[in-house]
Amino acid sequence: MYSDEHKRFLKKEKWYCLSVIFVQIFILIFLLALWQVAANFGWINTFITSSPKMVVETTLHLVKENNLFYHIGVTIYETIISFSLGTLLGLLIASIMWWNPFVRKVIDPYLTVLNSLPKVALGPIIIVWCGAQMKSIILMALLISVIVMTMSVIESFEGVDENKVKLMQVLGAKKMQIFFKLILPSSYKPIISALKIGVSMSLIGVIMGEFLVSKAGVGYLIMYGSQVFNLNLVVSGIMILAILSWMMYSLVYTIEKRLTR
Amino acid sequence: MNSILKIKNLKKIYHTKKSETLAVSDFSYNLKENEFVSIVGPSGCGKSTILSILSGSLEKSEGSIAKKDSITFGYMLQDDCLFDFRTILENCLLGLEINRKCTKENKEYVISLLEKYGLKDFMDSYPKNLSGGMRQRVALIRTLALKPDILLLDEPFCALDYQSRLKVSEDVLKILRMEKKSAIMVTHNLEEALTMSDTVIVLSSRPSHIKNIYKLDFDKNLSALEKKKTDAFLDYYNLIWKDIDSHV
Repeated sequence: MYSDEHKRFLKKEKWYCLSVIFVQIFILIFLLALWQVAANFGWINTFITSSPKMVVETTLHLVKENNLFYHIGVTIYETIISFSLGTLLGLLIASIMWWNPFVRKVIDPYLTVLNSLPKVALGPIIIVWCGAQMKSIILMALLISVIVMTMSVIESFEGVDENKVKLMQVLGAKKMQIFFKLILPSSYKPIISALKIGVSMSLIGVIMGEFLVSKAGVGYLIMYGSQVFNLNLVVSGIMILAILSWMMYSLVYTIEKRLTR
Repeated sequence: MNSILKIKNLKKIYHTKKSETLAVSDFSYNLKENEFVSIVGPSGCGKSTILSILSGSLEKSEGSIAKKDSITFGYMLQDDCLFDFRTILENCLLGLEINRKCTKENKEYVISLLEKYGLKDFMDSYPKNLSGGMRQRVALIRTLALKPDILLLDEPFCALDYQSRLKVSEDVLKILRMEKKSAIMVTHNLEEALTMSDTVIVLSSRPSHIKNIYKLDFDKNLSALEKKKTDAFLDYYNLIWKDIDSHV
């Protein structure tokens, strides 16, 4: 079916992909092995650096004794809630801003300040207002994700070709029709793509919140570990978090691919 | 023939924070039924402004535009403005949807137009699969779907390459003649203006007023190419060129 040249080309491409994956795995294994060897030979102090073996043991211990999956569940739950609320609110605020240019102009400096302000600084206030409970954590994450969502959605709304808006007006469209027939469908892809940022931002917010106040969650495990100087626990928490965030991102990425095919 | 549109002493001033600009100082014209008028002039002279005012997307400063209520406009822009998330048919039905006129009859009319102009096979494709010329024809059908009496064409073939430009302008003219529409076209291409229109209006540079009006006297049966070969074509071309050139 294909020419020999094309077959050679496909083979080359396949080898290229495989070698990328191979090197990626190799680096991971090499670093872990180096870490373990350094720990075994006493090159590093495992009390402050931990070691792969200790991380695995601590993780297994967490599963058995401390209900690891409960902590992961809490973190995921908080992330999902703040992510969905942030997405919906972001869409709503951006829509209002698009709808009313006056509101958009007025709100603009406030949004810029809020966007550049490190939201963790608001943590103490949030704790005082909402108490040391899950509500505070969700609010924290919500604050971060909602601003990012609003900014990217309004940007895509305003990026719609002006000529197309003019066309809609000339055809006699009302503002509502312009929004639902042109603006929203045109922004479909950028919005889906903003969700990827949204989910990462929510997770950042949740972990920040869990650092400040919490009785459960992966962020709580890391914080607790550092307070009792159990670095094994801290490193295990970070590893779990890395896997968790990678999984959430991949999930949204897969959904994006599916939806924008 | 009766006038279907009377434009009298049209004037437009643009306002910005820093200054005001008089774009159109005085424009009057009576458009007749089935007449094809081209407006030419130096660039930036406010040609498009006049169309925007007629279409209702821009407010006039002074003057009057008189027409019967039953007379409607269709507006076609430089850019085909097809929505890439809608199929060709859905794009053509946009105006009908907006005006809640998406009846079975109107839909069939649109499909018949698509069929007549060789786009029926692409009805369910998306705009990205069509060539520039085809897209422009789709844009025209979208405009015709609302059965407007007067078409406003704002440099409609500007985005096309030379070859498709000739082809599509011929197509569009044929379509307009077949559907018996009047049209006002803004263009900076003199050849196009001369081969397509019954009348050419030459505007002065800004603030624009009418410099000259040429009633073209070609044999109706000549094709664009044949028109270009006549002596009259060259004469008109030179006259209009002089009008525009003296203003640059």
